[in-house]
Amino acid sequence: MSATTNSKSHSMVMLRRNIKHVTRNPTSVFNAVLMPVIILLMFVYMFGDAFDVGVDYVDYATPGLMLLAVCYGLGGLATVVNSDMTKGIINRFKVMDVSRGAVLNGHVVASVLTNLLAIAALVAAAFLIGFDPSAGPLDWLGVLGMVVLLGFAAGWFTVALGMAAKSPETAGIAAVPLVMLPFFSSAIVPAEMMGPGLRQFAEYQPFTPIIETLRGLLAGAPSSGDAITAISWCVGIALGGYLWASATFRKRA
Amino acid sequence: MTNTAIAASGLRKAFGDTIVLDGIDLDVRAGTVFSLLGPNGAGKTTAVNVLTTLMQADGGTVRVAGHDIATEAKAVRAAIGVTGQFAAVDELLTGRENLQLMVDLSRTTPGDGNRVVTELLERFDLVESAKKPASTYSGGMRRKLDLAMTLVGNPRIIFLDEPTTGLDPRSRRTMWEIVRELVADGVTIFLTTQYLDEADQLADRIAVLDQGRLVAQGTADELKRQIPGTHVRLRFTTVAELDAAAPLFPDSTRDDEALALRIPGDGGTKSLRALLDRLDEHSLSAEEFTVHTPDLDDVFLALTGHTTEPETEAAT
Repeated sequence: MSATTNSKSHSMVMLRRNIKHVTRNPTSVFNAVLMPVIILLMFVYMFGDAFDVGVDYVDYATPGLMLLAVCYGLGGLATVVNSDMTKGIINRFKVMDVSRGAVLNGHVVASVLTNLLAIAALVAAAFLIGFDPSAGPLDWLGVLGMVVLLGFAAGWFTVALGMAAKSPETAGIAAVPLVMLPFFSSAIVPAEMMGPGLRQFAEYQPFTPIIETLRGLLAGAPSSGDAITAISWCVGIALGGYLWASATFRKRA
Repeated sequence: MTNTAIAASGLRKAFGDTIVLDGIDLDVRAGTVFSLLGPNGAGKTTAVNVLTTLMQADGGTVRVAGHDIATEAKAVRAAIGVTGQFAAVDELLTGRENLQLMVDLSRTTPGDGNRVVTELLERFDLVESAKKPASTYSGGMRRKLDLAMTLVGNPRIIFLDEPTTGLDPRSRRTMWEIVRELVADGVTIFLTTQYLDEADQLADRIAVLDQGRLVAQGTADELKRQIPGTHVRLRFTTVAELDAAAPLFPDSTRDDEALALRIPGDGGTKSLRALLDRLDEHSLSAEEFTVHTPDLDDVFLALTGHTTEPETEAAT
């Protein structure tokens, strides 16, 4: 058996294992899939009337909450990655010649699949409460592509965080800023409505162009400027996370 | 040589300024149990990590199953199984799924994977809990599952790092039985332990590790000849009593601080009776009477001149 096919089949085994982990941990399912739906309902019904965003609030908020749905699963991801590193099973995998790629890919791909599930639930809920996007099939494909790219970027970055942390508990905490970041973007309210300082932060942080890209696609009027910025951010974060995670993997025995 | 399973010479490993392994030479014959005996912090886990390719040595050469650990790591890994100090089981998976995971990852599982899993569950008495997540297992069951997972690829050389630390006496005995069965099948076992009786029970050869150096190597009997045997310890209430008692036992050593007398003996009833009679003849009585059999502390005191200190293991 060649090294590549070996690594590929190991990746599949690891992915199956990680998916089982997600389904067996009710907290992670709740956080990753239900929480974004609850937040959607909360914002649309409780606060929606308070924000004047120029369009129906559910149409404004859904793209932003897609990003939130990706981020909410990350705390759990950092924790499980760290558990793998600190609880001895990683040594078993290493002795069995399971590659670094297989272990880490398994985590990232499982995370992206969880993201897609969460976003499907979110979009379904949004439609039920009156979400009315004007996106065509190509735009939807663009949304899917953007979300998957974001999932990989956030996934690799979080895997790196999880690997670098000392314990599963600190790993979970390290991911909290990622979970909070969408609130300081144009996800919930437009950046122009925020106070000085915060507004500049919201305008330039990576999540805002990603949200604006999704918003554009869903409105059927994608902006290529936002899209290029968003894609660059995602590729950069994914690459940085991948390199950081790989370096940490080599260092930790 | 074909009957050497593990051969190390001049093995060195340091973490920063701390030298953990300071020139270790080992020769483990195939089909035997070799025990690395030492207190916490002696470097046992580091030795296992280096021998199993998990860590790189700083110096020296090691061949495991005939392959160099530095240049032929893959071949070494294919030949060995490792059960670490902390049970490396996946807690969210069931016992059966844990074993299945090993089958799926293993390149050399002989025969049908399902059958291998069922056989291992039966052999380790885990059939009833096979469908429960490993997080619900007791310490002993986890260790058993851990070892069962190690056996999936049918390795011919198995490293067991403190396999019975923290286990209750019954689980310890079960573990010992399993080790004996493996050796009967021709498997080579490299076992680390901090228990003298465990090394005594299982090992063909024992090496004593202290602060990164091997201070003694040999069979259990050879080592025991180097350490003080069973002795009786008498503790008195006054110096006068100790002074009176000491000349009665010429072989004895006194401990003035503790007001105690250490008298070598075999621990049998006959010699004990003679000892007590002798005290009685001189109308002496001891405050406390203990029979002491040699333990790891005695080995270390005899071989290194210091006792085992309670240190935490430096490396994970």
